[in-house]
Amino acid sequence: MRLSHRWREVLTGLSFVGIWVVGFLIFTLFPLVRTFQFSLNEVRITAEGIRTQYIGWENYRAALFLDVQFGDILVQYAMETLVTVPIIVVFALMMALLLNVKVRGKGVFRTIYFLPVVITSGPVIKQLIDQGATTLPGIEDVIEMSMLEQMLPGLIADIVTYLLGSFITILWFSGVQMLIFLAGLQKLDASMYEAASIDGASRWESFWKLTLPMMNPMIVVNFVYTVITQSVFALNPVIDYVQKAMYDPAYGMGYSAALAWLYFAVMLVVLGLFVLLVRQRNR
Amino acid sequence: MGFLSRRVIDRWKRVLWGFTGEGILFKLIIYFLLTLVGFVYLYPLFYMVSYSFMDMDDLIDPLVNLLPTAFYTENFVRAAAVMDFSRTLIQTVLVSFLPAALQTVSAALIGYGFARFRFPLKPILFALVLATFIIPPQITMIPQFLMFQELGLLGSIFAYLIPAIFGQGLKSGLFILIFYQFFRSIPKALEEAAQIDGAGPYRIFAVISVPMAVPAFIISFLFSMVWYWNETTLAALYLGDQLRTLPMQLQQFAATYQKLYPVAPNSQTGRSLNEAINMAGTFLNMIPLLIVYFVAQRWFVESVERSGITGE
Repeated sequence: MRLSHRWREVLTGLSFVGIWVVGFLIFTLFPLVRTFQFSLNEVRITAEGIRTQYIGWENYRAALFLDVQFGDILVQYAMETLVTVPIIVVFALMMALLLNVKVRGKGVFRTIYFLPVVITSGPVIKQLIDQGATTLPGIEDVIEMSMLEQMLPGLIADIVTYLLGSFITILWFSGVQMLIFLAGLQKLDASMYEAASIDGASRWESFWKLTLPMMNPMIVVNFVYTVITQSVFALNPVIDYVQKAMYDPAYGMGYSAALAWLYFAVMLVVLGLFVLLVRQRNR
Repeated sequence: MGFLSRRVIDRWKRVLWGFTGEGILFKLIIYFLLTLVGFVYLYPLFYMVSYSFMDMDDLIDPLVNLLPTAFYTENFVRAAAVMDFSRTLIQTVLVSFLPAALQTVSAALIGYGFARFRFPLKPILFALVLATFIIPPQITMIPQFLMFQELGLLGSIFAYLIPAIFGQGLKSGLFILIFYQFFRSIPKALEEAAQIDGAGPYRIFAVISVPMAVPAFIISFLFSMVWYWNETTLAALYLGDQLRTLPMQLQQFAATYQKLYPVAPNSQTGRSLNEAINMAGTFLNMIPLLIVYFVAQRWFVESVERSGITGE
């Protein structure tokens, strides 16, 4: 019997993506469910295998209300992400605008700005920070830190000090975003800007009224990309903590699983906040 | 006011600024900003390279700031010994090239399937592909770890290869998306012509679609390779102590150094670990990737445009 054309297409399509479906079930969906199941149990690794004992939401309760250290680093992660991500995205947009100007040799600059994407790994960044390679000399002379702390209220001073201390590493995480913006800018229609300028719009106005709204999809993509890369980067203290809990007999895999889910939940909230904010602004 | 008439001012304004920003002054400002930012970008690398050649005297001397007085290469000798450089390099290449190659091939197949065929549940499945990019590996790593442990795959490269084959490797969702976009941007006409001539779908894929998607293959392979190379969290978990990558060795640099060069209680020379040796280790760790970047720089930088991720 000959298969109908439609069915043949379905089977061929599935033969291409089938491997993904199987992989998704085994290596993503099943582990997700199992991590959640672990998080509701006390998990012990014994010689005979894994022993689980159902304890309900106890792991989550312990993580949220009893584990002071985890609460602290989770809040710190959320704050840092909320501050760092918009800075990275705005910086990437500014650099893309600069690179979009027709000047000679901009390929060289593009190559320089993208280099960190290739060489950045957790240990490399850690070494560079530890050995003082990521703080520009003289920045402390220009801006008096203690004066800053006196003048500004606590939280803002904290944020400013954090930024000044880590701005090189912030730049190093903006390479991909910059290129995404640049690719978007290069697709913009020049005639639109001519029309705007004939109607008397200044460059400043056409940036806000034309460029930015047209860039909106890329802004969303970049916010999502930045939140994710920041959240899964090896130096993220939460990741370190989750991993340590995994091996620590005092906590165990069940507790670690609960931490991982809480972390994922906070990450999704942060992600959702940004996406809502960007969408809202555009309306 | 004859000299500074409006016309003269306007002309100068035009030369310096230009009608739409092509003037000299405007360009100078752009160059200045680009160079300034470029310097800030590269500063950590300058610092690393220059410190890695400093001997003890340079490190202590307050007058020696950024440039070493002589090229002192002993730092590199020690750093290479600490990281067991040549052996680790081979292992790192293995652990990043093989998964990258497999991940690229499977992402191409999967991306092609999504781009070209209609089948039930396709929108949901594709949404799940994108969702896998958002799910942090931390949330799936515990059961995966136990799974590999049961299968006896921990400490072997298969713990990396198997998820990669099934399109669940590092950032697989992104690579599938790249291939999806790429295949969709290729006109269907050629494939349809081949179909009329009687070629089956797999033959069409292999003979017509794959050769046209060579840029997507290169981009995917390069990024996949770099990301596997730089991965440390999963590497520590899945590969353990059996397979060591350069970043993993760098992570344990200080500990290994102390084991290899123990400081005698009343020693007088600078045998202990210092900034210079640390920077030499970091530099050594970075050199292979720097070479890859400068050889394939064009592919890296043009990747975003070519992948069509920003939408066509």
